[in-house]
Amino acid sequence: MLSLSAADYDAIRLSAQVAIAATVLSLPFGFAFAYLITFVKFRGKMMLEVIVNLPLTLPPVVIGYFLLLLLGKRGWLGTLLNEAGIRLIFTLKAAIIASAIVGFPLLVRSLRIGMESIDPQLIKASRTLGARWHDTLLTVILPLSVPGLLAGSSLMFARSLGEFGATIIVAGNIPGVTQTIPLAIYEYAASPTSENMALSLCLVSVLISMAVLFLHEITARKLARRD
Amino acid sequence: MNLRMAVNKRFADFSLSTDFTVAGDRIGIFGTSGSGKSTLVSLLAGLQQPDLGEIFLDDNCLFSSSRGINLPPEQRRIAIVFQQHCLFPHLSVKNNLLYGFRRCPPEQRTIDFDSLARVLKIEDLLGRGVTNLSGGEKQRVALGRAILANPRLLLMDEPLSALDDTLRFQIIPYLKSVSERFGIPYLFISHSLVEMRLMTDSALLIEKGRIVEQTTSEQLARIRMGQSSVGYINLLELSDMTERDGMCSYRWKGGELLLSASNRETASGLFELSSKDIILFKKHPEAVSARNLLECRVSSLFESGRKLGVELECGGGSLVAEIVPEAARELGIMAGVTIHAAFKASAFRRLSKSVGNTIDRE
Repeated sequence: MLSLSAADYDAIRLSAQVAIAATVLSLPFGFAFAYLITFVKFRGKMMLEVIVNLPLTLPPVVIGYFLLLLLGKRGWLGTLLNEAGIRLIFTLKAAIIASAIVGFPLLVRSLRIGMESIDPQLIKASRTLGARWHDTLLTVILPLSVPGLLAGSSLMFARSLGEFGATIIVAGNIPGVTQTIPLAIYEYAASPTSENMALSLCLVSVLISMAVLFLHEITARKLARRD
Repeated sequence: MNLRMAVNKRFADFSLSTDFTVAGDRIGIFGTSGSGKSTLVSLLAGLQQPDLGEIFLDDNCLFSSSRGINLPPEQRRIAIVFQQHCLFPHLSVKNNLLYGFRRCPPEQRTIDFDSLARVLKIEDLLGRGVTNLSGGEKQRVALGRAILANPRLLLMDEPLSALDDTLRFQIIPYLKSVSERFGIPYLFISHSLVEMRLMTDSALLIEKGRIVEQTTSEQLARIRMGQSSVGYINLLELSDMTERDGMCSYRWKGGELLLSASNRETASGLFELSSKDIILFKKHPEAVSARNLLECRVSSLFESGRKLGVELECGGGSLVAEIVPEAARELGIMAGVTIHAAFKASAFRRLSKSVGNTIDRE
């Protein structure tokens, strides 16, 4: 029953591309945000947390719409990018940005849980042994955040695979260019004769998601065992 | 080592305010939990910042609110041995040991890695991860890691309280001899008077965030005898165990002592005997059930709370017994008189086996 067309393979490839790029792109920022929220005391921390977590509660369509306003031809950033000859709207880049923003809170959340489980005494020990703060960051916090990093990345990857609302608004639904698995399914679902095609892609989606979630569970368990 | 700490630090429900100068290489900070010991350690190491004041280590200013100086922890060269070993779980024993060493400027490195590993008996552990080491091994590695950072001062923040009794007294000789041998002065923080007396010469007593007493650790033990429910703890080094009449006979510098048979496994070691377990007789009691009866000379008396401490010279050894003032009057106990001290064979508690032999002193 698993019959996939060339366009379906394109959609799978694009989905993987978007999910990988969004995750990789978000990692350094996610790490920095999680570090700030966990270890640094500053004013307006709660505000930052709220902003970072906003995409978790906002409808993705709203995020997509804001992105369209920001990056569109007459948008605040879009005009600047347009002058530099860069066009983001209705490209794969836009799909990546949309996925990155929607999945970002999941990444930060997992990283934070990982960082919060690091014994603060280890950080103190490293400082008194002569490490400056960035040395401690690289040699103690980063290696001990790896399980959180893996857990967060897998969650974010899975979320990016499923991203629909924001993507369809900023990247459109262009087969072979921006059409990822959910968008392809949406298109199949709209036509009465493509039920099987839709089901096949759904199955692919389920398989990939399950694989990623298994990976996530395994790393989460490793994280728990370390404590 | 010369340390001056005149600082204030205020928290919501606690404030620390100290102004003291101490000199020496084996200094103790004694206080119950919540007295401010750990805050003191954090302020000294630079992990927390005082609100006001100055900290000087030898001639070096670590912190001064008036001059706007606050050296970050990595520049203070004050290493800490924590209560929990705090080893980096992602690094091997060797890389844990070398963590501080690699960050110490080469011209300041004086500790030789191999000889330290030998003294701490951790040569065979170097390639292993730290998570499956035993408690004692972990604490030895943590000590080695702190020493290898070539600190000017070693802060031992209750390094023994996470260990069980047997292990505690096995680690003490390492703590002492390693710092002595490599010439690193230390500040030993503890709530145990026995540890204090084994580890330090002078001690600061901290209560509710204030230094209330600056004295020797021996004197501290005598001052606290009156309030303590366990009395003054005599520490006796006993050796050459032989079994006799179902009991264990040990050699002590003040004479032969009999201990109960449960000590059969211990050939020699450190034992404690409470001042409360010693009964004094003016004349030789003809018959007494206690198995140890020593003729002693009273060398001095000291007051401690409502009790009187009696310092006894017995042969080459000395003991402290406690009595109430009325008993001293009735028995005519005063410095110079000869009396008899009796204590049961079961009154001893073993602290460690063969303390002196644990360390390779070569």
